[in-house]
Amino acid sequence: MNIIVCVKQVPDTETLIKVKADGSGIDEGNIKWVMNPYDEFGVEEALRIKEKKGGEVIVVALGPPRAMETIRTALAMGADRGIHLSDAAFSGACPYATAAALAAAIRPIPFDIIFCGQRAVDDDAGQVGSILAELLDIPQLTVVTKVEVEGKTVKVLKPIEGAQLVIEGTLPCLITAQKGLNEPRYASLPGIMKAKKKPVDVKDAAALGVKVENRARVVRLTPPPARPPGKIIGGDDPGAKAAEMARLLREEAKVI
Amino acid sequence: MANSVWFVAEQRDGVLRKVSCELASVARRLADELGVEAGAVILGNGVQGLAAELARYGADRVYLGEDPALAVYTTDGYGAAVAKIVREKQPSILLLAASSEGKDLSSRLAGMLATGLATDCVEVKIDGGRLVAVRPLYAGKCFGETASVADPQMASLRPNVFSAVENPRAGTVERFDPGLAGAKLRTKVLEVQKDATGRPDLTEANVIVSGGRGMKGPEGYQILEELADVLSATVGASRAAVDAGWRPQKDQVGQTGKVVSPNLYIACGISGAIQHLAGMSSSKYIAAINKDGEAPIFTKADYGIVDDLFKVVPELTKECKKLLS
Repeated sequence: MNIIVCVKQVPDTETLIKVKADGSGIDEGNIKWVMNPYDEFGVEEALRIKEKKGGEVIVVALGPPRAMETIRTALAMGADRGIHLSDAAFSGACPYATAAALAAAIRPIPFDIIFCGQRAVDDDAGQVGSILAELLDIPQLTVVTKVEVEGKTVKVLKPIEGAQLVIEGTLPCLITAQKGLNEPRYASLPGIMKAKKKPVDVKDAAALGVKVENRARVVRLTPPPARPPGKIIGGDDPGAKAAEMARLLREEAKVI
Repeated sequence: MANSVWFVAEQRDGVLRKVSCELASVARRLADELGVEAGAVILGNGVQGLAAELARYGADRVYLGEDPALAVYTTDGYGAAVAKIVREKQPSILLLAASSEGKDLSSRLAGMLATGLATDCVEVKIDGGRLVAVRPLYAGKCFGETASVADPQMASLRPNVFSAVENPRAGTVERFDPGLAGAKLRTKVLEVQKDATGRPDLTEANVIVSGGRGMKGPEGYQILEELADVLSATVGASRAAVDAGWRPQKDQVGQTGKVVSPNLYIACGISGAIQHLAGMSSSKYIAAINKDGEAPIFTKADYGIVDDLFKVVPELTKECKKLLS
């Protein structure tokens, strides 16, 4: 069973995000870069399937040179080899252009399953997996919390509003991972040592034979709208304070 | 109808979902601004009765695609049907819900139609005849204005953010063949396991009562459940509470959980880690109850009580019950 996992390097979720004064992007100083948490679930699931059924796990990342760290993390967890799509032209690539580059890298490789995170916690777009599945003409199973592979079929659990769906699909397919799928392992020290020797192909747009054509652009970024200062309800009696809060919610905010 | 503003309505089990009326209202507003038609696409099997409601919220025209294969949502079936009618009629704007189904469908369609999609938008406007969508990035730590440079310009709208306003139009029904005869759907829904709580999903709730580490354990949530019962609210949790196994994963609010926009968010025993604040700061009103007056949650709260939540919450439940009786 050959499994491909797409991973992205993103700012750690504890990072404070500062928008540049001209709104052109975020201030990248003081950011701790990590593997997108949803991609970690994808890597872990791929490794577990490989441990049961054999085969190879290949990680693919599109990003600047520092994204190599994220590929090495996945290799240290146990993935076999990596592909790094790195080109200045990819900077600011829209989801479609990103998926097109990934598709070009993946097309020559025989695979059974592709894992992606259900979204990246930086741009929160949640599109690349589905667009990639479309470009490769394979079915998608998105935002899943359980995966069972049986021969040429896969059964997944997908939480939706007010319910969970059990969905069956055929391989090859693309699955996007949601939190709850598994508990990703930490890279072991021997794993980290081994990862340094595992092969990583670096490819630019020319090597992939793609031209970056963005379908969407970010006009500008802004900080979130400021919230008006709040009211701390004073006093010593919890009952009286609770009564005042209920009154404010009812009469002032009119939300209950 | 070229140049028109379309939305894909969402139904489940033949019942229109509330977000569909929100989409209709937004499509109506944008269509009026551009001086074009607002069109709805509705798919299913035996759903023609829903067209009237879409018209009531502003659809000039309703494209109705029916097929037994569309009774239950699948990416392949719905994707093929929407792509077919969009390619034929070429609307310039296509709106969907940023719901579970809408996210799955809109992203696939962005691939099929090779266009730009803005996910989970909280505001949409027209600038120079083109759609500008405003959406949270980093779960709301900043906002981005995005524009598609291809057509149709796609956006998925966050449920619960836009109001549904009645604005009746003709809603002329145009039936179309979804083109699924002999099509192979590569995925199949085997089973729908309904949640037992009967409460709305966090992403659709008007009121959320949420608990964090301060709840001290799973049993602490009982008082939040009671408050939620009185307020017809949904119970949420912080990552700390979910990681501790006190609450299921689906209850998590924050950057690695659900990003929510209720009318009221009541945070109990939640200190306000940056990744949690990101996920709930777009709530219309925030109330916080926490022992620690220095907790960052109070920087976001409209109303705060610094005290022991185990004393305050049962009283709050009692007071709310009184006010609502």
